[in-house]
Amino acid sequence: MNWIVNFLTSSIGRKLIMSLTGLFLILFLVVHLAGNLQLLTNDGGEAFNTYAYFMTHNPLIKFISYGNYFFIILHAVIGILLYFKNRKAKGSSYAVSGSSDETSWSSKNMALLGTLILAFIFIHMGDFWFKMKFGNMPDVMSASLGVPVKDLFTRVSTAFDNPVLVIIYLIGQVVLAFHLWHGFASAFQTLGLNHPKYTPIIQGVGKIIAILIPLGFALIPTLHYLDIYLF
Amino acid sequence: MELKNNVPEGPLAEKWTNYKSTMNLVAPNNKRRIEIIVVGTGLAGASAAATLGELGYKVKAFTFHDSPRRAHSIAAQGGINAAKNYQNDGDSVYRLFYDTIKGGDYRSREANVHRLAEVSRNIIDQCVAQGVPFAREYGGLLANRSFGGVQVSRTFYARGQTGQQLLLGAYQALSRQISLGNVQMYNRHEMLDLVKIDGKARGIITRNSLNGKIERHAAHCVVIATGGYGNVFYLSTNAMQCNVTAAWRSVRRGALMANPCFTQIHPTCIPVSGEYQSKLTLMSESLRNDGRVWVPKKKEDVDAIREGKKTGNDIPEEDRDYYLERRYPAFGNLVPRDVASRAAKTVCDQGFGVNKTGLAVYLDFSSAIERYGKTEAHSKGLKNASDEKIRELGRGVIRAKYGNLFQMYEKITGENPYVLPMKIYPAIHYTMGGIWVDYNLETNVPGLFALGECNFSDHGANRLGASALMQGLADGYFVIPYTIGQFLSKEIRTPEISESEQAFIEAEKDTRDRIQKLLTINGSQSVESFHRRLGKITWEYCGMSRNAEGLTKARQMIRELREEFWNDVFVPGTNEEYNPELEKALRVADFLEMGEVMILDALDRNESCGGHFREEYQTEDGEALRRDDEYTYAAAWSWNNGNPQVFKEPLEFENVELKTRSYK
Amino acid sequence: MQLTLKVWRQKDSKAKGQLETYKVEADEHMSFLEMLDVLNEDLISQKKEPISFAHDCREGICGTCSLVINGRPHGPQQGTTVCQLHMRSYKDGDTIVVEPWRSAVFPVVKDLVTDRSAFDRIIQAGGFISVNTGQAQDANAIPVDKEDALEAFDAATCIGCGACVAACPNGSAMLFTAAKVSHLALLPQGQVEHKKRTKAMVAQMDKEGFGMCSNIGACEAECPKEISLENIARMNRSYIGAVFTTD
Repeated sequence: MNWIVNFLTSSIGRKLIMSLTGLFLILFLVVHLAGNLQLLTNDGGEAFNTYAYFMTHNPLIKFISYGNYFFIILHAVIGILLYFKNRKAKGSSYAVSGSSDETSWSSKNMALLGTLILAFIFIHMGDFWFKMKFGNMPDVMSASLGVPVKDLFTRVSTAFDNPVLVIIYLIGQVVLAFHLWHGFASAFQTLGLNHPKYTPIIQGVGKIIAILIPLGFALIPTLHYLDIYLF
Repeated sequence: MELKNNVPEGPLAEKWTNYKSTMNLVAPNNKRRIEIIVVGTGLAGASAAATLGELGYKVKAFTFHDSPRRAHSIAAQGGINAAKNYQNDGDSVYRLFYDTIKGGDYRSREANVHRLAEVSRNIIDQCVAQGVPFAREYGGLLANRSFGGVQVSRTFYARGQTGQQLLLGAYQALSRQISLGNVQMYNRHEMLDLVKIDGKARGIITRNSLNGKIERHAAHCVVIATGGYGNVFYLSTNAMQCNVTAAWRSVRRGALMANPCFTQIHPTCIPVSGEYQSKLTLMSESLRNDGRVWVPKKKEDVDAIREGKKTGNDIPEEDRDYYLERRYPAFGNLVPRDVASRAAKTVCDQGFGVNKTGLAVYLDFSSAIERYGKTEAHSKGLKNASDEKIRELGRGVIRAKYGNLFQMYEKITGENPYVLPMKIYPAIHYTMGGIWVDYNLETNVPGLFALGECNFSDHGANRLGASALMQGLADGYFVIPYTIGQFLSKEIRTPEISESEQAFIEAEKDTRDRIQKLLTINGSQSVESFHRRLGKITWEYCGMSRNAEGLTKARQMIRELREEFWNDVFVPGTNEEYNPELEKALRVADFLEMGEVMILDALDRNESCGGHFREEYQTEDGEALRRDDEYTYAAAWSWNNGNPQVFKEPLEFENVELKTRSYK
Repeated sequence: MQLTLKVWRQKDSKAKGQLETYKVEADEHMSFLEMLDVLNEDLISQKKEPISFAHDCREGICGTCSLVINGRPHGPQQGTTVCQLHMRSYKDGDTIVVEPWRSAVFPVVKDLVTDRSAFDRIIQAGGFISVNTGQAQDANAIPVDKEDALEAFDAATCIGCGACVAACPNGSAMLFTAAKVSHLALLPQGQVEHKKRTKAMVAQMDKEGFGMCSNIGACEAECPKEISLENIARMNRSYIGAVFTTD
């Protein structure tokens, strides 16, 4: 089993972890967004609360969510390790920095962006997940399930009446956008997928994702703040 | 001293094969104990060190560079010749042999050249197996081009970077031997002396450029592969650090410098732009296929150009002197390197040079651009194409053929050669002369071998294009691994050579004294300024054309310059640190001696042949006049404490007939 | 033209360096290195210590020269080594900051000279085809697809200057290592040892302490031979493949 350790501690092995966990987390973001868009349904939270109940009670989803927490932590820990390792490898920095136009700002600030995202995740989970799990969030009756479920919807709706929190969330999405701007295409490069034929497509998709996902998430606090519902 | 060339008996074509089968061998168990020092890691040195390592010898390899991959072999552009006859155009070992002998103006050793032609084929096989990415045809087989005026296509190439790819191949083979522990690599170690014990070469003294440590290294024999001495001219296409020190120190310890006056001048280099110029850049010879060489006919046009009031384009056709086409109607712009170079010098000496320094001629592509443009327009069916359209089409054709060279020219000069004619001037490129070696590549000092450009053996008085890479690799991969056994088979009882022998102590002391002397002169002039002045003397009097009067004067000037150097040079810093000025000073000191011997040799050779043109010996129309009756020999010089002495090895031509070259 | 140079001066690898300011009179036709030559001659004439900088062929192929000019390895021009950079890229009155390669793996030897021997050790770890002299078959016995040969050549043009490491904010040597892995992997001759070679070279690269690639692309942007990031992708997949298919 020594080879696994060797592989996972090699430069390319660690990059592979970053790539695979990153891609998984992007997949998670898509699912998370799809579910959360139900917050924009004007049904008093019926759909969303039911969805939230399902997500916290289905054994398979619970299993995946533990995996998800693990991957977030792994992605963050390895990312931070890489950051320090790379700083050590670089040694001192240049008195003047004059980089080429061909490199993106995002690509050079992934560690900073990632740390901000991690901070955002803590805020986000503290606001909702923690309160649902450990706080005394009132129950409501789910019409479709016929059982009482936590009224997460009202909690979200109230939380986003606070403009400070809305702004924090919006900033969080901008940071996410920059992280994805580099992250998506980068993950494929690490996997060894780079060819003049399809790399431009990957890069294009990466940029679309980097805009659409954060935009979708940003709608939720914004529209709740403005009391607008889409569905 | 009689120079024994040790050429084996028998018919020319069988000499090497028979010799190889009968020569003395060293058994594997003995190889493991025998140590070999290889100095220099260019094509010849790296290939030799790698191959000797593979054979099981204990090899110590040295380079003054920070890595073996930096050697100047890396800059060779054109290609490497081999008698493969892949193009089925009638090439053969004999033809390559004959072309090389003739190209060298009949001043090389037949047996060595034939062996070179024989092993040329193995080189290509070896390099391909190593992964050298040679150019290929669509069928996947190797491509060839023709080169340097020969009538067959035998040149293998990797775009314009053949030298780089071949060197990296040899470097990788060397790296493999280093990783296997067969070769101990010493980077940043410069050889500063040769150590002889009982007349045999047994070691070297080196300086570690990182910390100035002077070290002794002992071995059963020493192989030097340290390149040519082109930088004795200061400005050349050589790298800045190319130097003669290892070779010259060997001469000071008894080796002989053969035919030092045979230096090659390449006609198409980018001219000097000012006093600060540090080196010259070659533009491939192939440009002369489409470029026409000219200077203005009228002095007032020349002045206007120099003052920047006119450009080449402003000079009307009738006021241009296409001097190569005028003087050599048969070959025109395609005369060989030496002829083209001399003609350029003549017109510039007459005051027709077309840049500020007066040392440049035009290489003009406008005719070719127009000609190709018309053909293109015709083939595209453009009947009434404008002149501008035609030129645009023509530039496209030129770009496809020479794009990278034009780009390089523009990078260096800042002028667009598609619009303005290129300016070119000849520059020192290669030195055919070098350490005298016998058929085994062994010098007259037993146990000291010289390979590659460092030796004198294969190119005579002039080297053909794409032959330098061939010789370097032939010597390193396929000759020395065999011939070194002739010496080492007698050394199997010799125990490990001790570095505490008296000879080592003395040589180390000599080196330290020399360094100390340089550091304590504390004069007023920089090393660079001496090197420049040396270059001016050698280029002026021993460059493209030479005469007895000038050479005699130049010898005196060099002696005075050397005297001045040792009294007034300023070398900053100390020995015990990274000190490039000190390294340079040690090298220039040796160039100042080597230059004198080169001039002496030029003075002594009362004939014109190849790169050596003596003005007194020319035909009525100014062509080189060889004097085979008196000068069919290699002149090998000893330093002899400043009173150089010449020894002659007669060159016997049993297989080719000596003829005069003509390009009229 | 009159220029102000701020040049990194550092006595040796242990000393602490700093930028020092010099005035120099340059000609537009000079190369950047010739401008430094002029400055050095001036320093020597004042009996001051000249600036050490690495250089040799001065025609862009040996890979010795290694200056970071205003924060960019080999200066502002694409696909150019610093020895090919000419002063006409600058104008009178410019201030130019000249620093050595920055990487913990390339310690400063003196002033602007660094030690890049780690690259040699990466090649020694496996950047070769194991064939002894004399063992080769006829060169045309192995046909190679022309396109493959060209692609291999493009990777093989690496001059080992280290600009990739110098440019990389992570100090990664992936482009250098990948260029050699790709060169040999693209040729049939290199296939036999391909997996072993990739693993060994990556291991050595890591051992030297180079940083880890995060696909920024600064290496590709500053590479004087314009070697592509595709090579890094190729090495990544080779390495991952090799780890899972060999012992």
